[in-house]
Amino acid sequence: MRLLNLAAVWLGSLAIVAPVYAGTMSSSHEQPISGYHFLTPQTRALQDDAFANPGYLWVAAGAEDYEKKQGTGSCMSCHGENGLVGVATRFPRFDEKAQTLLNLEGRINVCRTEHQKLPALAYESQELLALSSFVAEQSRGMRTQVSVTGGAQPWFRAGEDYFFQRRGQLNLACQQCHDQSWGKMLRGDRLSQGQPNAFPAYRLEWQTLGSLHRRLQNCETGVRAEPQALGSQAYLGLELYLVWRAQGLALESPGVRR
Amino acid sequence: MSAQPTIRLAVPESVAAGEVIEIKVMIQHAMESGYRRGALGERIPRDIIKFFRCSQEGKTIFAAEFHPGVAANPLLTFHMRAERSGTLDFVWTDQAGQRWSKQAELRVT
Ligand code: HEC
Ligand code: HEC
Repeated sequence: MRLLNLAAVWLGSLAIVAPVYAGTMSSSHEQPISGYHFLTPQTRALQDDAFANPGYLWVAAGAEDYEKKQGTGSCMSCHGENGLVGVATRFPRFDEKAQTLLNLEGRINVCRTEHQKLPALAYESQELLALSSFVAEQSRGMRTQVSVTGGAQPWFRAGEDYFFQRRGQLNLACQQCHDQSWGKMLRGDRLSQGQPNAFPAYRLEWQTLGSLHRRLQNCETGVRAEPQALGSQAYLGLELYLVWRAQGLALESPGVRR
Repeated sequence: MSAQPTIRLAVPESVAAGEVIEIKVMIQHAMESGYRRGALGERIPRDIIKFFRCSQEGKTIFAAEFHPGVAANPLLTFHMRAERSGTLDFVWTDQAGQRWSKQAELRVT
């Protein structure tokens, strides 16, 4: 019964606000707007303050891990001190050698297993979050430039399909909330365009830093759909579509979100 | 949470004698209030930092007591009058008496 009530609240709030803005929204990939612009001034200030932004705790931990000798050598022994500046803008990326799409987390794990001869880090583990936010932060303020052709193309198509597919008991697609309804209120939240450029990000609701895939799981449980696994093929394809759709936006990681 | 949490300090490197300086410290900690429940309805046990102390050569400069309800990864900002050079010692103590610390050099000119 509680589930049904919740569903009614979500649907109800969408229905109430829908007519007000209907037809005035442009497709968000034509003019992407960062989730930053939908935040309260306080939350923006927290993201902008490089000390108060709690995400920098993970960046600092990642910087230490990066220099630490592990397995056959530290990350830094191969990549140098500033060797990964700008790299996060190119992910997710089709890897010819692995013949698969790798996001930043996946790429870091390939270096762990192939180069450092260490076991892969679990998705959403503190260590992987630290390394991925450290690498992402090195591209803060830069724009993404992902390729969606060649080996990446089928992943991109699958991600695009996923974005438009209605899911869950509420039967809503990503697109209905983040393309058609951004700017409207949904319960306590102002709907953004669902851009990925802040991640890994510190969510106040989580009280911790988390990956984009964790955020996607939250959106899926929000519509009472079965979430995909972190790092799953479905989310990798979706991530590629989201990053392509966000082109023109600067990376903000570590972002701060509600 | 890892055994040695990440600690970040912001202390001016060099200051004039008598100057009032701002110090900022942050520690990675869940500050689990003890009032929350997990996905299966089980109570998540309280796990919080109780005390913070900043001292210079044994002399307390600033101290604070924490309570449940303080957000995760607590940030503290406080001020001190810089009188002499010396190591500043920052120590956090949790409810079980576990301590984490970090030091910074203050240079007064
Ligand atoms: C019922 C509406 C709804 C649906 C459907 C939905 N989301 Fe969300 N999404 C939200 C809300 C609410 C937030 C938090 C506020 C915001 O940024 O919009 C959010 C946040 C996000 C964010 C973080 C944006 C930021 O800047 O922090 C991303 C990325 C995202 N959604 C992607 C998706 C994807 C991909 C799907 C489909 C799998 C999806 N969402 C489906 C409501 C929805
Ligand atoms: C033994 C050397 C070695 C070590 C150690 C190593 N890497 Fe790599 N890394 C490479 C090589 C070689 C490539 C390029 C591989 C390719 O393009 O197929 C690479 C690629 C990358 C990339 C993508 C770069 C790009 O331009 O797309 C990232 C990010 C990365 N490594 C991060 C890390 C991190 C983080 C660590 C430590 C956990 C690490 N690497 C450890 C050798 C190493």
